[in-house]
Amino acid sequence: MAISRSDVERIAHLARLEIDAGQAEDVRAKLDAIFALIDELNAVDTRGVVPMAHAQDLSLPLRDDVVTEADRHALFQRTAPAVEDGLYLVPKVIE
Amino acid sequence: MKWEVVIGLETHAQLSTASKIFSGASTAFGAAPNTQAAAVDIALPGVLPVLNRGAVERAIRFGLAVGATINRRSVFARKNYFYPDLPKGYQISQYEIPVVVGGTIVIATPQGDKTVRLTRAHLEEDAGKSLHEDFHGMTGIDLNRAGTPLLEIVSEPDLASSDEAVAYAKTLHALVQWIGICDGNMQEGSFRCDANVSVRPAGETKLGTRCEIKNLNSFRFMQAAIEYEIHRQVALIEDGGRVVQETRLFDPDRNETRSMRSKEDAQDYRYFPDPDLPPLVIGDEWIERVRAALPELPRAMQQRYAADYALPASDAATLTASRGLAAYFEEVLRALGGGAANAKLAANWIQGDVAAALNRAEIGIEQAPVPAAALARLLSRIVDQTISGKIAKDVFDAAWAGEHGGDPDAIIAAKGLTQISDEDALGRIVDDVLAANAAMVAEFKAGKEKAFNALVGQAMKATRGKANPAQVNAILRRRLGG
Amino acid sequence: MLTGTLAELAAALQAGRISSVELTQGLLARIAAHNPALNAFVTVDEEGALAAARAADAARAAGTAGPLTGLPIAHKDVLMTAGLTTSCGSRMLARFTAPYDAHVVAGLKDAGTVLVGKTNMDEFAMGSSNETSFFGPVRNPWQHDHVPGGSSGGSAAAVAARLVPGATGTDTGGSIRQPASFTGICGLKPTYGVCSRYGLVAFASSLDQAGPFARTAEDCALLLNAMAGHDPRDSTSLERPAEDYTRDLARPLAGLRVGLPAEYFGAGVDAEVAAAIEAAIAELRRLGATAVDVRLPNARLAVPVYYVLAPAEASSNLSRFDGVRYGHRAEKYSDLLDMYKKSRAEGFGDEVKRRILVGTYVLSHGYYDAYYLKAQQVRHLIADDFRRAYASCDVILGPTAPTAAFRLGAKSDDPVEMYLNDIFTVAANLAGAPAMSIPCGFTRAGLPIGLQLQGDYFSEARLLNVAHQFQQATDWHRRAPTLASEASPPAPQEVAP
Repeated sequence: MAISRSDVERIAHLARLEIDAGQAEDVRAKLDAIFALIDELNAVDTRGVVPMAHAQDLSLPLRDDVVTEADRHALFQRTAPAVEDGLYLVPKVIE
Repeated sequence: MKWEVVIGLETHAQLSTASKIFSGASTAFGAAPNTQAAAVDIALPGVLPVLNRGAVERAIRFGLAVGATINRRSVFARKNYFYPDLPKGYQISQYEIPVVVGGTIVIATPQGDKTVRLTRAHLEEDAGKSLHEDFHGMTGIDLNRAGTPLLEIVSEPDLASSDEAVAYAKTLHALVQWIGICDGNMQEGSFRCDANVSVRPAGETKLGTRCEIKNLNSFRFMQAAIEYEIHRQVALIEDGGRVVQETRLFDPDRNETRSMRSKEDAQDYRYFPDPDLPPLVIGDEWIERVRAALPELPRAMQQRYAADYALPASDAATLTASRGLAAYFEEVLRALGGGAANAKLAANWIQGDVAAALNRAEIGIEQAPVPAAALARLLSRIVDQTISGKIAKDVFDAAWAGEHGGDPDAIIAAKGLTQISDEDALGRIVDDVLAANAAMVAEFKAGKEKAFNALVGQAMKATRGKANPAQVNAILRRRLGG
Repeated sequence: MLTGTLAELAAALQAGRISSVELTQGLLARIAAHNPALNAFVTVDEEGALAAARAADAARAAGTAGPLTGLPIAHKDVLMTAGLTTSCGSRMLARFTAPYDAHVVAGLKDAGTVLVGKTNMDEFAMGSSNETSFFGPVRNPWQHDHVPGGSSGGSAAAVAARLVPGATGTDTGGSIRQPASFTGICGLKPTYGVCSRYGLVAFASSLDQAGPFARTAEDCALLLNAMAGHDPRDSTSLERPAEDYTRDLARPLAGLRVGLPAEYFGAGVDAEVAAAIEAAIAELRRLGATAVDVRLPNARLAVPVYYVLAPAEASSNLSRFDGVRYGHRAEKYSDLLDMYKKSRAEGFGDEVKRRILVGTYVLSHGYYDAYYLKAQQVRHLIADDFRRAYASCDVILGPTAPTAAFRLGAKSDDPVEMYLNDIFTVAANLAGAPAMSIPCGFTRAGLPIGLQLQGDYFSEARLLNVAHQFQQATDWHRRAPTLASEASPPAPQEVAP
C-alpha cells in the first residue's frame, strides 16, 4: 500500500498532529517504507485463524461496586496546564 | 405525497452504581468540579481500568427484563476521538460484541399494543462535562461524570411517529427504574435519548437518509424535536432538496434542531478491542441468580391485575407506572383482604385522592404521609359502612395532614364521623325532613324525580353527611310510596 | 566493593562491611562522575536515596531487613515514582511529577531497595537505540560512540557501568533484552501478566512488561521476586501463587533440551555474533544440555506484525497526551483543534509521531481488516509456533540481536533498518512468553554480544536456572567497561519554557 500525501494529511488530522509542510514528504516517504515492511503480511494465509488480541487467555476480573477513591484533585491538578475553580481550561468548545 | 416516518432511539441510561464503571470514584451527582475524578477518570499516565461488577449485573438485569440474549462473552473496545471531556482520547465501549442482544419493549398505542424490537444494549463509560460559562474565553472541563457507567440501549427503527417514540421512551424510562438499574432522573442526565429520524414516501421499503438528534432530555423536547425534524425533512424533500446524514442538536429555546458543527468532522472512531480489558465472561449461574432476584415486571403485573381483579387496562397501567405505586396498591389490597370489589375501590382511591394529594405535595408515593396500611384502614371503614365515601375524603385529608397521628379510626372517633345506620334513628330524621319540606314532597309527587334527590340531600345535611345514604334512600322511597 | 552484584552487596550489608548509606553515597558519587558522559540518568534523587538508605540501615539494625534491603537501584523513567519527575523520555512529560508509584516500583520499595534515580529511555519506550529521548542519547559504556540499545538504554547503561547494581526496564518488543545484549548485562522480560502494568506508562498494552536488569541471573531473580505478583489494579495481571525465582538457580542442566530454530541462525546475523552463540551452545552442551532442532516458520513475520499492533495500541494509548490535564501544551494556538495539534506536534518526537501515524492508519476505516485484524491473526500463528516448539524443548536459544551495538546515528534516519533490529525479540512479546538476554561474548571491537533464552509461559525460574549455570561456567558477565569519565557530555536538548 503506497502512502500518499493525502493519506498522511488524513491520519495526521485524526491523530491531532500538526505536520510541517516542509517535513510532509519525509514523513510520507518513511511511512511508505514502513508499510512496505508491513505489507509482507498480505501474503500470509490466515483463513480461519482467530485474531489474538491478548497475550493470555483470561476473562475479565471484576471489582466490587464500592467507592474507594478520595478527592485528590488538588494533587492531580498541580501540573495541569490551565486550571480555574477546579476546572481544566481549554480553548472554547463549540458545539 | 404521503410520508412515512421511521424512528429508532438510542438511550443512555446511567447505571445506579455507587462507584464508576472502571474506577472506585463516587458517581454521586452534584459534587464540586473534579473532586470525584479519580486517577483513572482523568486518565493519568499508567493507570488502568478495572470493571465494576455492579454495572455488569445491572446490564444482565436489563437483558433479562426485556427478554434479550445475554452474551456469555462480550468485548470492550476503544472508540477513539479527541474531545476535552474525553480524557483518554477514547471511550471504552462495547462495539462488535455487546453484553445484551435483542429483546423487546411493548408500548401502548391508540391502535393497541405494539412490540418494539431492541437491537442491543451495551456497557460503556460516560464522558465529562464542558462548562461553557466564560472563563476568559475558555471552556471549563469537569470530569466528575467521566467514567459513570452507562447502558446504551438501541432500538430497531420500529417507531412510526413522535407519539410512539415518546411512548417507547416513557416505557423504557419506567422499566429501568422498575428493575433498579437507573434512577431515571432526566434533569440530572441519568436518562438521555438520541433519536434517529428519517422519512420516506408511504409504501417505500428503502429507508430514507437519517439524522441523529441529540439533547432530548425531556419527553416534551423529544416530541417537539421529532415533530420539527419530520417537518424539516419532508419540506426539504418536497422542495427538491436532499436530507444529509448528520448529527443535529435540539434547541429547546427555539424549538428547532440545528446541525452540530463539532460533529461535522468525518468520523473515524478506529474501534479496536481494548488490550487493557480481557473479554467479559458471564456464567449461567450468575444469570440465574440475577433472574431469581428480578422483580415481577410491570407488564406481567398488568396482566395479573386484569385477570385476577378484572381491573380495566388503564387502571392496571396507571397502578404499575412505578414499582412503588404498584407495591402501595398491593399492600392496600392485601390489607383489605383482596377481591375484585376491593381492588377497584383501592384503584379508584389511589388514582384519585392519593394521586391528587401527591401531585399537590410534589412528592412520590414512597413519601406519602398516608401509608398503605392507613389507606387500607380508611377504605375498610367504607366497606363496613362506618363512614360514607364522602366522609372518607375528609378523613383522608385529615390523615394526610397528620391529625391524630394520621390514624383514620382516631379521626373518625374524634370528629364523630361515624355513619348513622340505625334504621329507627334514620326514620325519625327522614320524617323530620319530610315535615319540613312539604313543597319538595309535592313536587316529587307531581313527578319531579329531582325533588327526591333534594330530599336525600336534606337528610344528609341534617346529619352533617353522616347518614348512610343507601338507607336514607330506601326509607324515603318507602315513606313516599315510590 | 561499590561495584559488586546485588547478591554480593547484600552479603556485605548483612555482614556489616558496608552500610546502605555508605553504599548509596558511593554510587551517587559514581553517578555524578560518570553520568555526564553516559547520560544514563535523567533524574538523580540524592535526598530521597539517602533517606531510604538510612531507613534501610535502621531496618537492618532492627532485624527486619530482607534480601534487597538497602540495595540501590534505578527505575526506567516510564515507571511512575511518586513525587519524582516521570518523563518517559519525552518533552510531553518533561515537567510531569508522578502522583503515585507503579506496582513494580512499590514492590521494590517495600522490599527495602533504595531508589537513586530515573533512567533515560527512548521516548515513550519507542526505539531500539535510545536516540529518540528528548533528553539526548545514552552512550554505550563500552564505547561511547555506540548506542546502548533501547528503549531501556539508560537502565542498561547504568547497570553495565556499575552506577547501580540493578535497575528496572520495560520490554514491549525487546526493550529490556536488546539493551542488555548491547551493554553486556542480563535482562529479563517476564511472562505477560507476571508484573503488573499499573503505573507503567503504556506503549502497547498487550505487549508491555516490566522486568529487571542486573549483571547476573541470580540478581535478576532477586529483583523479579519483588516485582512480580498479582495486582487487582491491572485486569491483565495474573492471579497465581507467588514464586521464588531463585529456587532453581542451582539445578544442574543435565537433561535440558535446548531448541535451536534455524530461523535464528540464518542470513542477517553478524558472523561474530553467530560465533559467540555457537560457543555458548557448546558450553551448554558441556553442562549437560542437548540441542534440538525446532521450527518457528512464522518468525520472519514477527517484525511486520509487531509494527502493526504496537503502533495501533500506541496511537490510542498516547491520545491522552492532549495538553488538557497534564503534560505539554503549546504556547500559541488559534483554537481547540490547533491546540491539540500543536501541543502534540511539539510534545512528541519524530519516532513517536511516526508510530502514532502508522497506528492511526492501520486502525482507520477501510484498513482495519487488512492490517490490524490480519496482524492479530498472524500473531496467533506466531504464538502457535512457540507452543509446538516447546513440545520438544525446554528453552529456545539464539542471538538477542543480529549485531552488537551500532554507532550512534547509524540507523536513526532509517526506521525500517532500526525496526529489523528487533527481529529476534518481538516474537516473545507477541506470544506473551518470557525471555532473557545474557552476555555470551564480545566482538573483536570489544562490544558485548547477547544470548537470548526464551521459554514457555511461566518458565522464568527455568530461564534463570539456565542463565545462572551458564554464568557459573563463564565470566562474560564479570567483564566491566573502562569508563572514560573525561568524555564530553552529550548536550541535552533544551526544555522549552
